[in-house]
Amino acid sequence: MKKKQKKSEVDYPTTGHEWDGIREYDKPMPRWWLNTLYMCIVWAIGYTIAYPAWPLINGATPGLLGWSSRADVAAEIAKVNEQNAEISAKLLATPMAEIGSDAELANFAKAGGAAVFRTYCAQCHGEGADGGGQGTGYPSLQDDDWLWGGESDTIHTTITHGIRYESDDDTRFSEMPKFGEILEEEEITSIANFVRSLSNLEHDAALAETGKELFADNCAACHGDTGTGDREQGAPNLTDAIWLYGKDLDTITKTITYARFGVMPAWTGRISDAQIKQVAFYVHELGGGE
Amino acid sequence: MDYIKLLIFGLLALVAAMAANFGHDLAYTVAALIFMFASGLFFIKTLRGIGDPVVVDTGYQDDVIRAGVIATAFWGIVGFFMGTWIAFQLAFPHLNFGPEFFNFGRLRPLHTSAVIFAFGGTGLITTSFYVVQRTSAARLFGGNLSWFVFWGYQIFILLAATGYLLGATQSREYAEPEWYTDIWLTIVWVAYLVVFLGTIVKRKEPHIYVANWFYLSFIVTIAMLHIVNNLAIPVSFLGSKSVSLFSGVQDALTQWWYGHNAVGFFLTAGFLGMMYYFVPKQANKPVFSYKLSIIHFWALIFLYIWAGPHHLHYTALPDWAQTLGMVMSIVLWMPSWGGMINGLMTLSGAWDKLRSDPILRMFVISLAFYGMSTFEGPMMAIKVVNSLSHYTDWTIGHVHSGALGWNGMITFGALYFMTPRLWGRRALYSTKLVNWHFWLATMGIIFYASSMWVSGIMEGLMWREVDAQGFLVNSFADTVAAKFPMLVVRGTGGILYLTGASIMVFNLWQTVRGKGEAESMDAAETTAQNAVPAE
Repeated sequence: MKKKQKKSEVDYPTTGHEWDGIREYDKPMPRWWLNTLYMCIVWAIGYTIAYPAWPLINGATPGLLGWSSRADVAAEIAKVNEQNAEISAKLLATPMAEIGSDAELANFAKAGGAAVFRTYCAQCHGEGADGGGQGTGYPSLQDDDWLWGGESDTIHTTITHGIRYESDDDTRFSEMPKFGEILEEEEITSIANFVRSLSNLEHDAALAETGKELFADNCAACHGDTGTGDREQGAPNLTDAIWLYGKDLDTITKTITYARFGVMPAWTGRISDAQIKQVAFYVHELGGGE
Repeated sequence: MDYIKLLIFGLLALVAAMAANFGHDLAYTVAALIFMFASGLFFIKTLRGIGDPVVVDTGYQDDVIRAGVIATAFWGIVGFFMGTWIAFQLAFPHLNFGPEFFNFGRLRPLHTSAVIFAFGGTGLITTSFYVVQRTSAARLFGGNLSWFVFWGYQIFILLAATGYLLGATQSREYAEPEWYTDIWLTIVWVAYLVVFLGTIVKRKEPHIYVANWFYLSFIVTIAMLHIVNNLAIPVSFLGSKSVSLFSGVQDALTQWWYGHNAVGFFLTAGFLGMMYYFVPKQANKPVFSYKLSIIHFWALIFLYIWAGPHHLHYTALPDWAQTLGMVMSIVLWMPSWGGMINGLMTLSGAWDKLRSDPILRMFVISLAFYGMSTFEGPMMAIKVVNSLSHYTDWTIGHVHSGALGWNGMITFGALYFMTPRLWGRRALYSTKLVNWHFWLATMGIIFYASSMWVSGIMEGLMWREVDAQGFLVNSFADTVAAKFPMLVVRGTGGILYLTGASIMVFNLWQTVRGKGEAESMDAAETTAQNAVPAE
């Protein structure tokens, strides 16, 4: 071992101090270390001259390049806006129903609408627009079961003004009464059984028979005599086996007793008119559009 | 003297009891109760000790260090367990269970504080007491003040932890504890400074050893950072809520000035103090270069304090402050590496020891991870890199390669070094188990860091991906879903690391019990080791 010891090990003296047996060599700092440190310092000085850096009394040195992060972002946004200016204008000028007939415009609206959907809509309606599955309270946008209508113009209105969104005067509004305050418990159970019978779900035939009459008196005004619903009032179709809040007897009983009041925000003012058009087109194209 | 103590403890218990009774919220009441019980216990202990003959100890004051070793190991296990738990919460949200106490938002600060402040902080206090006595050839200054520091710090940890679980938080990262906990820590910290500085002042060595420079800079700077960042006005003296003195971007900058220097002075400077004692001791070689240590010490101290703004790139923070934060971070690269070079080069001529000495290997791997994360840090501080890495798992991975690799490993090494010496054992219970710990921990860190690199870079790329027309391609939920496998791998790394640490606790415990290879020293050896050397 002794022979293998490098020369430097032996030659360098220690500083002569000792602490609990620890000594220190009096070796120079590694050249590469020192040089890298110097290079970093030189680079740092250069960088602070080129970019905004040193605080003065009224603001900071702007830097020789005149760069600013805000100007940078503004330029990037402006570039995209400029690139899409023509087609955006075209989109705004085209009626909803005609967007699909122009392939380039349709492509633009669909891509933009998808981005809007992922950012603002997916939280409730789900990544795949299926409402996170049945019974979540968030409508699936993929099927042809529409609460307020599935034409592109109707969808556009819904997105613009929202549903039961109080701060928008033109919002779509309707309110189901809490039948727990109007009917007896047994009556509600009967109606629930009748409602289940509408889509051929297992039910108590005798109760459903009683429920039929009660339905005609209390529910048919909105949901229709046959229970097919009314889009004018956002009253769901009860015959199609698609359930917003759930189909089991308990849930339906709860729905009738306490009612439901689903809210969707109005998007006008939050996103641009072009974006609303894009996302309306995107939703219409998902599969259920009429 | 005892009667004054009785009076103080009695009054404290009384005041705490009143505060507990009139407290406005549960977190505050629990904190007051902790305080009341602690004061009560010390009251009883003092009362029972009245009339006992006063024993003047002359050797090193090691009983407080023994308590510190136990506490450090205990908090390590708590912190690693919490970390593993919340890592799996992110992959499997069901692990939040029902009650709000187990919510990720409350357990996350519990994990970070348990690891940084409970495990790291107790480790720093413990090793600094060990190191300063031996390198100053002097008993700790201030008699039982060191015990006050130890118990005071443990109470601080309890106050902080119960506060998190009960929802009392300042919402400042790594400075979550509310105002009363902050005031208590300030008192404890001043006592710590007095003990440490007092010991240095009465040292018998002509010079102050480099490890003590680092420890001292850590103690002084943390005091400054802690006080400034926690300036707040309590809404009520009987409630936990307080309002910060700063607001807006000034608040953010103060927070990250604190936050980054908690990393710089707590987790870097303090632990470098540890490194400068234990590495040359374990290697039994002189430190590589005195010149390097003095230059990199002052450069590190000067530069670290400027680097905080790199946590606020591309925010409301003015561009000039972002630029300064970035360039200072990059100049900081070499000063940080100075510590690694001094540690690793100390081993030159002794590399063969790595084959037979797993404790030394632990120190080397910790220095390697230190070097890696102090390169990664400046790189991530560069604005273009930061625009990709910020807010992603990459940052989490970076922090953990530093915390698990550097801070964890060097603390394990120090615990392995101190335990046999403190309990008068010739060796550890089992060197083989140290080897197991070494490999489990190293594999754990590799699982952790590599999965977070993949996950973080993927996340950053997905967030910024736009199509030809400038529209976003991915939703946030897409990135969350895509991270799932990496989150599981990360949690697995945590399990490995926790397992390793548990093996360490078993090994240390068996050493204390004198089992296996850990036979007791005879009386002469013990005296030789514990006596303060005469001039």
